[in-house]
Amino acid sequence: MRFLDCNRMAGASLWRYPGRTFMMLLATAIGVAAVLVLTSLGEAARRYVSAEFQSLGTHLVIVVPGRSETSGANPAMMVAETPRDLTLDDARAIQRSPSVQRLAPVVVGAASVQRGGLEREISILGTTAEFRPIRQWKMALGEFLPNVGMDRAAPVCVLGYTIREELFGTDPPLGQWVRVGDRRCRVSGVLAEQGTSIMIDVDEVVMIPVVDAQALFDSPGLFRIVIQATSREAMPLAQRDAKRIIRERHYGEEDVTVITQDSVLATFDKIFGNLTRALAGIASVSLVVAGVLIMNVMLVAVSQRTAEVGLLKALGATRRQIIALFLTEALFLAALGGVVGLGVGYGAVAGMRAFYDTLDFVPPVWAAAGALVVAIACGAFFGILPARRAADLDPIQALTGR
Amino acid sequence: MIRLEDVCRYFDVGDEVVHALDHVTVEIPDGEYVSIMGPSGSGKSTLLNILGLLDTPSSGSYSLDGVNTSTMDDAELAHVRQQKIGFVFQSFHLVPRLSALENVELPMVLAGDQPTARQERGMAALNRVGLGHRDDHRPSQLSGGERQRVAIARAIVMQPTLLLADEPTGNLDSASGKEVVKIMEDLNQQGLTLLVVTHDPAIGERARRQLKFRDGRLAEDSARVA
Repeated sequence: MRFLDCNRMAGASLWRYPGRTFMMLLATAIGVAAVLVLTSLGEAARRYVSAEFQSLGTHLVIVVPGRSETSGANPAMMVAETPRDLTLDDARAIQRSPSVQRLAPVVVGAASVQRGGLEREISILGTTAEFRPIRQWKMALGEFLPNVGMDRAAPVCVLGYTIREELFGTDPPLGQWVRVGDRRCRVSGVLAEQGTSIMIDVDEVVMIPVVDAQALFDSPGLFRIVIQATSREAMPLAQRDAKRIIRERHYGEEDVTVITQDSVLATFDKIFGNLTRALAGIASVSLVVAGVLIMNVMLVAVSQRTAEVGLLKALGATRRQIIALFLTEALFLAALGGVVGLGVGYGAVAGMRAFYDTLDFVPPVWAAAGALVVAIACGAFFGILPARRAADLDPIQALTGR
Repeated sequence: MIRLEDVCRYFDVGDEVVHALDHVTVEIPDGEYVSIMGPSGSGKSTLLNILGLLDTPSSGSYSLDGVNTSTMDDAELAHVRQQKIGFVFQSFHLVPRLSALENVELPMVLAGDQPTARQERGMAALNRVGLGHRDDHRPSQLSGGERQRVAIARAIVMQPTLLLADEPTGNLDSASGKEVVKIMEDLNQQGLTLLVVTHDPAIGERARRQLKFRDGRLAEDSARVA
């Protein structure tokens, strides 16, 4: 029998029983659509968390004084004894690396901040103008620290959102003097509300130029150096450069830890990727259920079509041809159901996106392809039994029945 | 040439073993016109199924054109059925959604023939049964006699040597019944071996040779009597 004729006959059989065919299509379509919808949920969660992490800034590489054997952020790193300080000279040296787009040294300490009769002990962050674009902070009022070299002092400060409320209430803060520790500075700007990120409540911080902070705390050591690499691909390069430069400057001692935003992001990516795969697995169960349904419906169909099978045998059809015909029917059903399911699934996901636009619902391509493949495989697998049953039918009764 | 030697066919019905065919030995030369008669349950349908290779004997041997069929596997049996044997059934067994021509082409489709060859030979077969003008009609648009003629065209489209008819006039009025018998007899005149199972004596007696079955045994063979 020619391949085309086999397909035509199988298609005609499906067409002849529209109700039955529709039910089987529906089962497969629902299975495939379920895979798409569930995996798009997992994928949306992954993208959401990724985006949150990206909002810390992009392509960040962070140099922390002290050697840590573990990778990633941990509290011990922040209190580690360091044999040699990380200095502004170190920062300047690293800045010359071609893979560095922006760099900001950071000094952290606590000091009393005073305005009029109000005084508070507050976290002080000494840094440079570059820090704002790196962290992608927005200003509520005025300007961030002046864009002068990192070793230039300036009597200015930038207030966190909450601090401004506490010190100024409803008074306009710009250009006003406040006292930070033993020095006076003018308020040049106020940050927009940022919330907590990387363990620091940014709204409760006062920022001053890094050299002023060093003088204030009387220490040349930096808390860390935050680097923005030129691209994602440049991040490992920036990491390597930072380590090399520090080693050269610190007499062969690599006494810093360099962590990348990527390594943290990769961990989350892995967690949510696994979650999505687990959801795909759960949804695939519905495909198997659809396969079982196809099998049962076809088993019933086979016994109703005894006369047809008998006729084909009498006309010279081999066992193999009968099996091929019924298997082709099952494959048609599964493939068609799969394609319909893809349509329904993508439609449902688009609906979810329209309804709830915070999350970016997109079914991963591998899930769509996988669902289709599993659907067709189920069709083939569960089509075998009915096809064999048909081939084994005893046609005599049906043909001679009178 | 058909040769059955000591053929038995048993069926297990509950605890009982039914002898549908009981030591049947018969030889039918090419071009013969044979009727097989007997009351229902006499084994004539079983015989037809065995002759048509739809069933195999429990014991004994069946050779067709000098080839022993008992050693053949499913694919070989199907091939012989396809090439050498044409079936005509009491209830026609046409495929309702196919046209007359497409029904006739069905064996050629299974044989894997090209569409052009199918159409040519299909039309030739339809013309032989006098239905060339009805090629695009569905079975539902044809009379009973016409349907059976389409079925005969389907049976001969592969140019078989043996035509097996199982109560071919059972569902027809006598006029169309006669017509159908006439067509089959014409084919027999042209060299086709014709076997007709019937319990209608008027039809059975037209055959040159009559086999009468009773309780699975060949009770009477007009050739042997003569």
